[in-house]
Amino acid sequence: MTGEAAPPPDGYVPVLRLGGILLVTLQGDLYDSTAERLRQDIGRTVSDDAVTGVVIDLSGVEIVDSFMGRVLSDIAAMTRLLAAQTVVAGMRPAVAITLVELGLTLPGLRTALSTEEAMNLLGAEVANLPRTAGARRERP
Amino acid sequence: MTHTESVSARLPLTSDLDLVRARQHVRQMTAELGFSLVEQTKLVTAASELARNALVHGGGGRMECAEVTDGGVRGLRLVFSDDGPGIADLDQALSDGYTSGEGLGMGLPGARRLVHEFSVDSARGRGTTVTVTSWVARPPRPREGS
Ligand SMILES: Nc1ncnc2c1ncn2[C@@H]1O[C@H](COP(=O)(O)OP(=O)(O)OP(=O)(O)O)[C@@H](O)[C@H]1O
Ligand SMILES: [Mg+2]
Repeated sequence: MTGEAAPPPDGYVPVLRLGGILLVTLQGDLYDSTAERLRQDIGRTVSDDAVTGVVIDLSGVEIVDSFMGRVLSDIAAMTRLLAAQTVVAGMRPAVAITLVELGLTLPGLRTALSTEEAMNLLGAEVANLPRTAGARRERP
Repeated sequence: MTHTESVSARLPLTSDLDLVRARQHVRQMTAELGFSLVEQTKLVTAASELARNALVHGGGGRMECAEVTDGGVRGLRLVFSDDGPGIADLDQALSDGYTSGEGLGMGLPGARRLVHEFSVDSARGRGTTVTVTSWVARPPRPREGS
């Protein structure tokens, strides 16, 4: 097994912009301060740019506790206010089982098995939204 | 019932970084003891909740870990302690959704559900000590030689 790299002191979470969707990849063990900052960064990005969806990839995350759960719920609530959707993707089964027992229901959070599924989910919904005048969507 | 203890460790809980270290330490110990992945995740999550409570509500504290055995079954005992303000109403603190801050109020009751044994010793002005223990489940019968 390769040695798990310690998280960098100030934390680092890659955020990728794919059209109107933000893909956020969480990995390893996050500092509370990193999770806090992520919430702020996502809020700013969603309000500044025309982001319609946020996908949070949790496949590399080994635990979600009540703190992280609250950050995820907050992100979902915030993006909803900004007329965008959040989907959490790839949660590990052990994490999901633990969350249920912990009693966290994560209100407002939608889940998908993979980032691909999450993107499809958001893409499908974005396509179904009435488009504002001038906005055009090329079909491949 | 007699438990024997060994391999103790004591970790400070005074910063964000300490929470990460505490989780990693529990993860490593549960893995070495042979806990299943789900049981590892449960104990690490419970530890994260209790360590954060000691840090946030207790103003900092420490985590002590010890391997325990009872009649051939091995387990891990974690003791979280702080010298903070203590908990005046334990029943209230242990009920789902109660928070004196801005949390979800799920940490303490949730941690209790995630472990096999759980006890809190606290009173107003006397600090808080939470002790949890989980045991390694008997592994399912192996399917083929391995
Ligand atoms: N170590 C402690 N010292 C003092 N008070 C504590 C301690 N641990 C818990 N408490 C009290 O018990 C309450 C419930 O704790 P619990 O962990 O369930 O919720 P929380 O920490 O407020 O929120 P979260 O869901 O984020 O954990 C706390 O709000 C706090 O008032
Ligand atoms: Mg708590």
